[in-house]
Amino acid sequence: MKQSQTGISIQPLPGAAAVRYACVSATDLRKICEETGAAKGTLQSIWACDERDRDGGFRLWVALADSYGLLLLELPMTAENPEYPDVSDLFPAAVRLQRANRDLFGVRVNGGDYRPWLRHAAWPEDVFPLRRDHPADTVYPEEADRYPFVRVTGEGVHEIAVGPVHAGTIEPGHFRFSVVGEKVLRLEERLGYVHKGIEKRFESFAIFEGQRLAARVSGDTAVAFSWAYCMALEGLCGTLPNQRALWLRALLLERERLANHLGDLGALGNDAGFAMGLVQFSRLKEDLLRTNARIFGARYPMDAVLPGGVAVDLSNSGRRELLNALTPLENEIAVLQGIYADHSGLQDRFVGTGRITSALAVQLGLQGLAGRASGQAGDLRCDHPCAPYDQLGVRRVILTAGDVAARVAVRFAEAQESMRLCRLILEGLPSGELLVPLQEPAINRPGIGWVEGWRGPVMVFLQATSDGRIRRCHPHDPSWQNWPVLEHAIIGNIVPDFPLINKSFNLSYSGVDL
Amino acid sequence: MFRTIKQIARVGIITETAKLSGATLKHYTTLQRDIYSVFGRALGVRHVDAGSCNGCELEIHALNNAYYNLEGLGIRFVASPRQADLLLVTGPVSRNMLAALHQTHDAMPEPKWVVAVGACGIDGGIFGRNYASAGGVDAVIPVDAWVPGCPPQPEAILEGILAALVKPNAHTG
Ligand code: SF4
Repeated sequence: MKQSQTGISIQPLPGAAAVRYACVSATDLRKICEETGAAKGTLQSIWACDERDRDGGFRLWVALADSYGLLLLELPMTAENPEYPDVSDLFPAAVRLQRANRDLFGVRVNGGDYRPWLRHAAWPEDVFPLRRDHPADTVYPEEADRYPFVRVTGEGVHEIAVGPVHAGTIEPGHFRFSVVGEKVLRLEERLGYVHKGIEKRFESFAIFEGQRLAARVSGDTAVAFSWAYCMALEGLCGTLPNQRALWLRALLLERERLANHLGDLGALGNDAGFAMGLVQFSRLKEDLLRTNARIFGARYPMDAVLPGGVAVDLSNSGRRELLNALTPLENEIAVLQGIYADHSGLQDRFVGTGRITSALAVQLGLQGLAGRASGQAGDLRCDHPCAPYDQLGVRRVILTAGDVAARVAVRFAEAQESMRLCRLILEGLPSGELLVPLQEPAINRPGIGWVEGWRGPVMVFLQATSDGRIRRCHPHDPSWQNWPVLEHAIIGNIVPDFPLINKSFNLSYSGVDL
Repeated sequence: MFRTIKQIARVGIITETAKLSGATLKHYTTLQRDIYSVFGRALGVRHVDAGSCNGCELEIHALNNAYYNLEGLGIRFVASPRQADLLLVTGPVSRNMLAALHQTHDAMPEPKWVVAVGACGIDGGIFGRNYASAGGVDAVIPVDAWVPGCPPQPEAILEGILAALVKPNAHTG
């Protein structure tokens, strides 16, 4: 396969995800990014690797999503001057990824935002913990943490600083609002508080056990990340799991999506002053989790996806129980949806709040369910369906209003669609082995997993060592793309609406802090 | 409005008695009275995520649902550490959260209790200790009770809260 203008050789990568790979020069990298951006492609992720032990250099990896799937670009860099072209003008989400690369590997772009991102005070500026010659457990004395926030000045402008610890039971992060009266002029996020060295930790794992850590990159997305990890590994091994195992993975993934939507729909009601919504949706979520515990042995089946298949099976009685629970749940959600729709106080808070127009969503690269509320059609289950989604005919949900109301409506619609898919899966579940043995993983190429989690597409990049360990694993959560968009969603809104707007996105902290 | 009331009436009261193990069950039945006799008000609980994967948070949320009816037991989640008697800490303590965890703990009035929630809170769990993770919660602040599980079930978290409160030599500062 050839890329038309650049003439670079592009090869397909084995595995369930639709991935093409090319090794490129810095000029070509920039050119392909420009072409992809112009053709409405998007940035999936940017990360680095230390290959100095093999050939003396570093690598930059860029994953772009286009109409064919994922285009994976590898750029070799020298150890003396590990610089790569800035692509943040094409893809704004690149800014924080590039900053993180600098903190962790010391690879950098020329220019751009030079402030640290994941490095707060735990290690010095000239230490790069993800380099191979940096031991995982070296601990440095705490440094002074002086982060230069951008200052907004002008008459009547003042700052409100919130976090990292918040009033509710949520993950930590810092929000700096510049406001005039109650109106927000600007929001600057600072994340990285739950950076716990996940990528370094992967390198101490046996490759057939890494799915356990992948499931805990973001605990609410455990099935999506562990599936993506296993998909990457199965690609390296050249083996596909049995259909039954893949169908069970999809059942677990749709139930994960459903559980998160139920939780968020309740919390969104609560944040708009309607506590009854929280009580009712929390009840439905608890019922779902208890059913999980009965059928799959855990309320959150974090370790259900295994390399080569799944760790759980479904008996006929279990299948019937899950099927029987679907209709009452559909009815319950429909009743609550009616109550939300009729509640003028709720609608007043939802409609027009935190709006991201379709044009802004394109420009900033908004992904996943928030993207689908702002006219961005992307859904891997429809665009590049891997088994069993290729046989299920997922109905894409897409709205254009881009406000809290639209994100609420997308959740209602996707919850209903997940229940429809669960029914199809339960009715059509093929028979077969739950686990198939895997060959030794290839060590001369990477593996990629790409799965539509409940927030949006999650990706896992995986490399094996020759002795059965993980050489490098980079998990990517769509929150990298969507956090910067939240900074725009609040502009012009009032500070008290921030919790509501924030919850309507419900982005991951752990999934991006790593 | 009518539909809202109808829904509430139809669902009714779903609160259950928590299924706890022997030792804590004894205290569970008298908990509300005991808390009231010591504090004269509900026990204030504050949560800090010191580096978790967000899995433990999901189960703390669940503990607040109507099935467990925590407030009925005299336990209330509060918005500020200054109103809190007990701190629930999740996650391995990331080094980027060290300062914030100390500040939160310091801001709590005496006497105070700390419960480390989840395998990570015990010893760093699956994340362990490294350049960015300080490991378990008691590497950073004194802990009165530990809740195993990944994530622990809501009832286990409740059990951890009770265990901290009834511990003979509970840490008080
Ligand atoms: S104990 Fe498990 S669920 Fe809780 S934070 Fe750690 S990894 Fe996540």
